[in-house]
Amino acid sequence: MSEPLLVIGNGMAAAKLCEELTRRALGRHAVAVIGAEPHLAYNRVLLSEVLAGHMTAAEAEMKPAAWWRERGVTLQYGTPAAAIDRAARDVILADGRRLPFGKLVLATGSHPIRLPLPGMDLPGVHTFRDLDDVEALLAAAAVPGTRAVVIGGGLLGIEAAAGLAGAGVETRLVHLQDRLMERQLDAAAGAFLKRAVEAKGIEVLLGAASEAIEGESRVTGLRLKDGRVIPADILVVACGVIPNADLARAAGLDVKRGIVVDDTLAASDPDIFAIGECAEHRGMTYGLVAPAYEQAGVLARRLAGEDARYEGSVVSTNLKVSGVPVFSAGDVTGGPGTEDIVLTDRGLGVYRRLIVKDGRLAGAVLFGDTADGLFYLDLITSRTPIAAMRTELAFGRDAVAAAA
Amino acid sequence: MNAPLASPPSVKTTCPYCGVGCGVKATPDGLGGALIEGDHDHPANLGRLCSKGAALGETLGLETRLLHPMLRGADGVLARATWDAALDRIAGDLRDIIDRHGPGAVAFYLSGQLLTEDYYAANKLAKGFLGTANVDTNSRLCMSSSVAGHKRGFGSDTVPGSYEDLDGADLIVLTGSNTAWCHPVLFRRMEQARKARGTKLVVIDPRRTDTGAEADLFLPLAHGSDAILFSGLLVHLAQSLAFDAAYVEAHTTGFAEALAAARAVAPDVETTARACGLAVEDVERFFALFTETRRTVTCYSQGVNQSAVGTDKVNAILNCHLATGRIGREGMGPFSLTGQPNAMGGREVGGLANQLAAHMGFSPAEVDRVRRFWGAPHMAEHEGRKAVDMFAAIGRGEIKALWVMGTNPAVSLPEADGVRTAVEGLELFVLSENVQSNDTAACRPHVMLPAAAWGEKDGTVTNSERRISRQRPFLPRPGEVRPDWLALKGVAQRLGFGDAFAWRGPADIFREHAALSGFENDGTRDFDISAFAGLTEAAYEDIAPVQWPLPAGRAEGTARLFADGGYFTPDLRARFVAPRPVPAAEGTAPYPFLLNTGRIRDQWHTMTRTGLAPRLGAHIPAPFVAVHPDDAAPLGLATGMLAEVTSAHGRAVLEVVVDAGQRPGTLFAPIHWSHANSSDGRVGALVHAVTDPISGQPDAKATPAALSPYAAPFEGFVLARRHMALPEGVWWARAALEGGYGWRIAGRMGPQDWAQWVTAEGPADVAELSDTPSGLYRAAAFDADGRLDFAVFVGAAGQRVAWDALKGLLASEVSAADRRLVLSGRRAGANAACGPLVCACFGVPKDTILAAVREGAADAAAVGARLKAGTNCGSCLPEIRKLILEAKAPA
Repeated sequence: MSEPLLVIGNGMAAAKLCEELTRRALGRHAVAVIGAEPHLAYNRVLLSEVLAGHMTAAEAEMKPAAWWRERGVTLQYGTPAAAIDRAARDVILADGRRLPFGKLVLATGSHPIRLPLPGMDLPGVHTFRDLDDVEALLAAAAVPGTRAVVIGGGLLGIEAAAGLAGAGVETRLVHLQDRLMERQLDAAAGAFLKRAVEAKGIEVLLGAASEAIEGESRVTGLRLKDGRVIPADILVVACGVIPNADLARAAGLDVKRGIVVDDTLAASDPDIFAIGECAEHRGMTYGLVAPAYEQAGVLARRLAGEDARYEGSVVSTNLKVSGVPVFSAGDVTGGPGTEDIVLTDRGLGVYRRLIVKDGRLAGAVLFGDTADGLFYLDLITSRTPIAAMRTELAFGRDAVAAAA
Repeated sequence: MNAPLASPPSVKTTCPYCGVGCGVKATPDGLGGALIEGDHDHPANLGRLCSKGAALGETLGLETRLLHPMLRGADGVLARATWDAALDRIAGDLRDIIDRHGPGAVAFYLSGQLLTEDYYAANKLAKGFLGTANVDTNSRLCMSSSVAGHKRGFGSDTVPGSYEDLDGADLIVLTGSNTAWCHPVLFRRMEQARKARGTKLVVIDPRRTDTGAEADLFLPLAHGSDAILFSGLLVHLAQSLAFDAAYVEAHTTGFAEALAAARAVAPDVETTARACGLAVEDVERFFALFTETRRTVTCYSQGVNQSAVGTDKVNAILNCHLATGRIGREGMGPFSLTGQPNAMGGREVGGLANQLAAHMGFSPAEVDRVRRFWGAPHMAEHEGRKAVDMFAAIGRGEIKALWVMGTNPAVSLPEADGVRTAVEGLELFVLSENVQSNDTAACRPHVMLPAAAWGEKDGTVTNSERRISRQRPFLPRPGEVRPDWLALKGVAQRLGFGDAFAWRGPADIFREHAALSGFENDGTRDFDISAFAGLTEAAYEDIAPVQWPLPAGRAEGTARLFADGGYFTPDLRARFVAPRPVPAAEGTAPYPFLLNTGRIRDQWHTMTRTGLAPRLGAHIPAPFVAVHPDDAAPLGLATGMLAEVTSAHGRAVLEVVVDAGQRPGTLFAPIHWSHANSSDGRVGALVHAVTDPISGQPDAKATPAALSPYAAPFEGFVLARRHMALPEGVWWARAALEGGYGWRIAGRMGPQDWAQWVTAEGPADVAELSDTPSGLYRAAAFDADGRLDFAVFVGAAGQRVAWDALKGLLASEVSAADRRLVLSGRRAGANAACGPLVCACFGVPKDTILAAVREGAADAAAVGARLKAGTNCGSCLPEIRKLILEAKAPA
């Protein structure tokens, strides 16, 4: 008889795990997936596209219902898990049902960060994390003349702002730092990105510290520390995420920022695993889909009986704003011991910054033309010495090959 | 009523470059340009043109031209003026200076590029009307040792033979002549003779040039030892069957003394070889070849002339031809190959300080004769100052007024830095020029006169074989440009000499010149073209190329002289002249090297014309110094690095070319670059002003010099559609490109400095690549229309990227694909690396030729059949043959 494998979380990591596992060892486990959201797993990266009306929620689904059925995966979505009974090897759902497990995978994702601002609870204040958020925003956007403020100039905030602008909303993006996506981009790329965001019709306010959300019965604006008040009918807080480790913490598993896992992706209980944004591996938590997929792949192979280990991910970000692609991979913070190769073409709207450390590529920031993103990611991951290709490197795979 | 538009007719004229004097057929396009072809009817070239001549059409633009007279005002600023104001100023100042200091305070420095008529006008004004014989010319730098040698040997400045003799020779000896590069059309004739009749080629040169590489026998002799070699040859000939006792007896004097002197320095082959730094067997072979081959032509150029013993070298050569009677006969004779289009025409009118006019000197009888002919009030009665001496006198303040025409002495004279300071003290400095700016124009002339250029000029020139040809205009004179004779006439009129300068056009001057050549001549002077004294306008217009002498009454020119004696000495005999015994030149500390200078294949003089043609800049785009590998290695020098060359007189910074064809201890640098096209490439500044005591010709081939690496951690290039001022302190050399310019750059300026410079240029749109830790910075700036405006590529020394792929963007639109690649130095879909241009005529680069060889083209003919490379002027054939060997060599 198949061992019961329970997955808590119905997001992208979970879907990937099911796909990999059923491909490798269909029938070895009786797989059940518990999802809090009342939807099939969907591609969270596409939320801004849904918001912008470029696609429907259904089109953002990872897999159709039939796909799950055909693989014998039981879906328990719409009912959140409430607790893990490690002694009984059960998961307790919010409705009190108990589901037994032999192996348990936590893929609970993240919570959006909420800002400690007065007025955070006013109606009209949203986060931008899930389809519910998108539906709420779409409803608000449908009112003509709606003005929106998005707080947060990171990946999420830019996508939310782009989505809102795409939906026809007069949108302002407020960011505390002096450039957008400061963790992934340097000043030059941030400036490129700002122009691209502005080209989308979004007003960008940098170095803008929020002080309070204004409004009586619902939000009317955002007050900044410099005294300016930016009028808003909807306000989106998109300042990042924190790993959702609530169940694990309550179950007594080892949790720091996220659920601590080893290279086998096992938590402090050998039958319990964590993947995706909720997991903390070697001190790193990841807020991006690619590491989650890598972790899902490793775990699937282990559960299928193979020997696989996860040794961390080189982070890359691939984002499309207003048709202008942005890519960031590896360590882009620079600093001592690193060297920069920078290619800019204002006219073409192309920017590439390659960060070199110890004769190897350590990071890459691409703007405008990200076709070579995976090439650089490969070089970073494989730690290939780049001395011989250094002068050609900025021109990408084809140029390096042509010069070789 | 409008006249119907007719396609402009072709005009036959003569090439403005070297002394071969090729006929050119120019067909104006009606837009200021012209289609240029070789003139098949011209006996000098029979339709051929070299790379430089073939590119003449690229040099006709008006961008660099001086189009209006300019006068320096009281504020020191040169401002546009009328011709009247300019000529008034010149005449007034000349009168004033002569009044105060005498006529010796006035000098003219002329050019082998002037037409005979212009030359005549200048010479007449100076020597007959101002009273100064300080009339010298850049031919002093080029021809004067040959002139002096000929005059000593023949009693006259006569080249005895014809180009046809090259076709009919069985042995051609080239000494001090890189004919393949400097006289390519003649070299083609020599190659045809080799094919047709198996003519042997001996090349004597300290440097293994492309000419030397083609030789049957190459003699890399020590600098300055030519006279010893030919003395040894004379000794050898004297005891051989080749000795023509009858000729020597009948037509010469001084043989015994010359032979004795030769025996003293070169008694046998071994001694000769040792003194010349040659292998004994090579010298033996040369002597044997020369002895055995009656039909022998010995050609000599600057390697012989530009020497402190140049005149002696010439006579040492003449001695060998006199001793064998091999002179003035078909297929044999000594042959001076001239460097300028009208060096000979200039001498015909007397355009040298030691000549008066029409091959007459300063004897009282000759002065009187010319006085009477001209009706001259102020005849110069003594020789004037020769070029080097003239500029020294200017520096000392003894000469107060200088009129320079058609030459760039701030570049070309030895100790050229001294020239620049010398002219600063002039009270009147007049410059007649084609171009607005060059190094001499930068020396603050008081008056600049816009001279007619090639294509506008109307007159005659004489080539190396005494052949007078017409330079005919085929373009309208732009702006206020005037021929030089007209400017001279204007000054003469203002000084009250209008009657003697009442010419209506060049034909009037030519007739007067022809009449003077025959005036009281009666066969006593070689130069006699009095048959032309009564020429009609129409006949002048139609003069067909003809070799002088052409005395009145004779219908045809003269192909050869002296086969039966008839020298222009009092006793009608040629003179054997014993060279002074001078050892080969050597460098000594602190200047251990000998610096040799010369021309390269695709440039001419100071590049004011050839520098305009993109394809001529693609062969060698930057000034260089060739160094023997054994000299380069201890200094850590490799090809492509920069080196500083210094002498007691100046410095230059040049790209190193390590060349095993260079004699150890010697350097070679081209003469073409100036401050107008390079930061530090003006080699004239290095050359010592040591002159031949007889000819006054400077020794530009053996200046003691030092060589050291020049620290330039960064190098690269700039391309631009326009002229750009590069930052101070950067080493650069500029070449013309299609649609713009390219600068090689090097120096201490690194990536961040260049980035700042680019920013300061304020481009509308710019792409940049920086890898500062690697020393790399590249930028491409685009104009508002998206065209490439300029590009900068800088990298660490030794990592130069070729501009070949990018330069095309200066003359085209930039596609999106090209723009993405622009900073990689490549173009979309193009195989970027194509290497330096080998065939300038058809624009074929090195890599294309190598590819053809790899695909089976086994010899130069096959390469030519496939790519056309080498099939026009052929000056690249030696390089093609080298590439074939290179491509076939096992890797």
